[in-house]
Amino acid sequence: MPIKKVMKANEAAAWAAKLAKPKVIAAFPITPSTLVPEKISEFVADGELDAEFIKVESEHSAISACVGASAAGVRTFTATASQGLALMHEILFIAAGMRLPIVIAVGNRSLSAPINIWNDWQDTISERDTGWLQFYAENNQEALDLILIAYKVAENEKVLLPAMVGFDAFILTHTVEPVEIPDQELVDEFLGEYEPKHAYLDPAKPITQGALGFPAHYMEARYTVWEANENAKDVIDEAFAEFEKKFGRKYQKIEEYRTEDAEIIFVTMGSLAGTVKEYVDSLREKGLKVGAAKITVYRPFPVEEVRELAKKAKVLALLEKNVTFSVGGALFQDFSRALINESEKPKIVDFILGLGGRDVTFKDLDEALAIAQKALNGEAVDEVNWIGLRKEIL
Amino acid sequence: MAVRKPPVTTREYWAPGHAACAGCGCATALRLATKAFSEAMEEKYGDPDAFAVAQATGCMEVVSAVFPYTAWKAPWIHVAFENAAAAASGVEAAWKKLGRKGKILAIGGDGGTADIGMQALSGMLERWHNVVYLMYDNEAYMNTGIQRSSSTPYGAWTTTSPPGKYSIGEDKPKKWVALIAAAHQVPYVATASIGNPFDFIRKMKIAAKVDGPAFVQVQCTCPTGWKSPLEKGVEIAKLAIETGVWPLFEIENGDLWNIKIQAPGGGAKVKREGGRVVAIEFKKPIEEYLKLQGRFKHLFKQPEAIDTLREQIKAMWKVLGVEVTLPKPEE
Repeated sequence: MPIKKVMKANEAAAWAAKLAKPKVIAAFPITPSTLVPEKISEFVADGELDAEFIKVESEHSAISACVGASAAGVRTFTATASQGLALMHEILFIAAGMRLPIVIAVGNRSLSAPINIWNDWQDTISERDTGWLQFYAENNQEALDLILIAYKVAENEKVLLPAMVGFDAFILTHTVEPVEIPDQELVDEFLGEYEPKHAYLDPAKPITQGALGFPAHYMEARYTVWEANENAKDVIDEAFAEFEKKFGRKYQKIEEYRTEDAEIIFVTMGSLAGTVKEYVDSLREKGLKVGAAKITVYRPFPVEEVRELAKKAKVLALLEKNVTFSVGGALFQDFSRALINESEKPKIVDFILGLGGRDVTFKDLDEALAIAQKALNGEAVDEVNWIGLRKEIL
Repeated sequence: MAVRKPPVTTREYWAPGHAACAGCGCATALRLATKAFSEAMEEKYGDPDAFAVAQATGCMEVVSAVFPYTAWKAPWIHVAFENAAAAASGVEAAWKKLGRKGKILAIGGDGGTADIGMQALSGMLERWHNVVYLMYDNEAYMNTGIQRSSSTPYGAWTTTSPPGKYSIGEDKPKKWVALIAAAHQVPYVATASIGNPFDFIRKMKIAAKVDGPAFVQVQCTCPTGWKSPLEKGVEIAKLAIETGVWPLFEIENGDLWNIKIQAPGGGAKVKREGGRVVAIEFKKPIEEYLKLQGRFKHLFKQPEAIDTLREQIKAMWKVLGVEVTLPKPEE
């Protein structure tokens, strides 16, 4: 029988790792995800998780050790955030290029400067071109579930890519919620033992991993990462379906909320989705035709699902906790790609908000709504809008 | 007729077909190192193949693993420039969980070890991974075209330490990574040279057999970067030992008070006290070593720079607990 415990998302991530039974974990402390390796080290110390826990001297070495261990043929896990993930940046490309199904839990946090430990999505968003799969959790339960699903997808032979699961700094990492811990037996059935056919360091069958790729081969290697990302789309749907069947919780790449007959749909990710759903409820009570959509899978980007979503609204209001300079938010770029050649498409208005842990309140969302309504009425609005800026201190 | 047993196994792990330059001393070092490693694995585990190699980006990496070819007959992984030690940590941890017997050999050049990889090396040693780290020291960034590293010796020309009106070439003393490694109090640290292959093989075998981390720094010649004759690599390496430029020593368990010094040869007189080397009187001047290399050519126009190098070498030996006499060439 699954048990329910009240826990932080960091603990949920550690529980997910415990359930997935990685053989090697390598981690370095960083706020706000420090509790993940702390909790795992307790599991290891108590004999509840039979794994080697490498207490590395940096995140760079954490991911390097994961690459080494994964290449040697075992399931691996690490956790990080912000500067730590940025320090891994170089090796993230390598992990994807070497097709190693490593899973990282990321407590989504802003990047310096100024140094700031609170939530936004800039850390993982900045790694969107590394080839890693990216999932974003709305709550602590999703943090646990998505890590298990990430392993399932990453290790699929059609994919073989590393994956990161983001959950918002402090809003989730340090906030307690009831979380259902699935049965180990069911998780074992769901994931199975990791048995690599492509990456191992076995003296009986020596292979060379991480070779030099000349121009004659490099492009093809990059293409296979592209192809694997594309393959992941179906594999993720299958994993979601199997997960629902086994554990009863339903996931979708894009989860829609009250989008029926909506004129304006707010699109967001992570814990902000919870706020936005409530906001939509309050607007619906006032008779406004609004809905919400949550991006659970950001890489591979769900292009087809976005096109379906776009058919349902006159305005898509993107709420983003990240900045892509000259563009707006990263989602704006991704939505533009998905919709640019569609014959009929809604207006897209981009909102940057909540950076560096600033609360996103209904008042902020009212501000965004007002702009979205103008767009709905055919009035000219800015494509990119910073919400909640304290203009008096600029 | 009796056939003499070869000094090291005829098995090859660094196979013919790699793309190293003609006369590459580091290719020799890797070949000997893997052979010695294999012998140690055979003696310790009964399986000569019981090892894997994790290698840093560098010349020996790019010349040995050009997709779709490989010169490696051992399981081998390259991740990046600065993390051979960290990647090896991961491999070792995985092997432990897989119950696989054997040892990991991490390999890096001086750039990937003394400079950018120093942190990962320190972490690996401090965490006590069962890994031998082999630093092949050709004393500059040769893979990227001969830029100075912190392991480049004083006075050497490189493309980023060019001699000029205001420059003598490299203007800092060489960093001795073996001593930094020893400060981690790991079971075994040694320096070695392709100029004394038997000593190198012996040390690699000890390193491979100890339980826990070990570090071996092997000087290997680079005709391209040192501007030296292709066929004179071993001779130059020998001269480095015989003139006092390259000390051969071993440190067990970080015991810096008991550094074992190997006899330099070349007519040097070794003075011992209680079995310990306390003084060496070298007979061959360092000029004999320097003159065979174009990278030191400019020093001969400024003999005081050679004297500075001599003083640095003396200071380095002093750290090893040895008073040395370094002769000047006869006028």
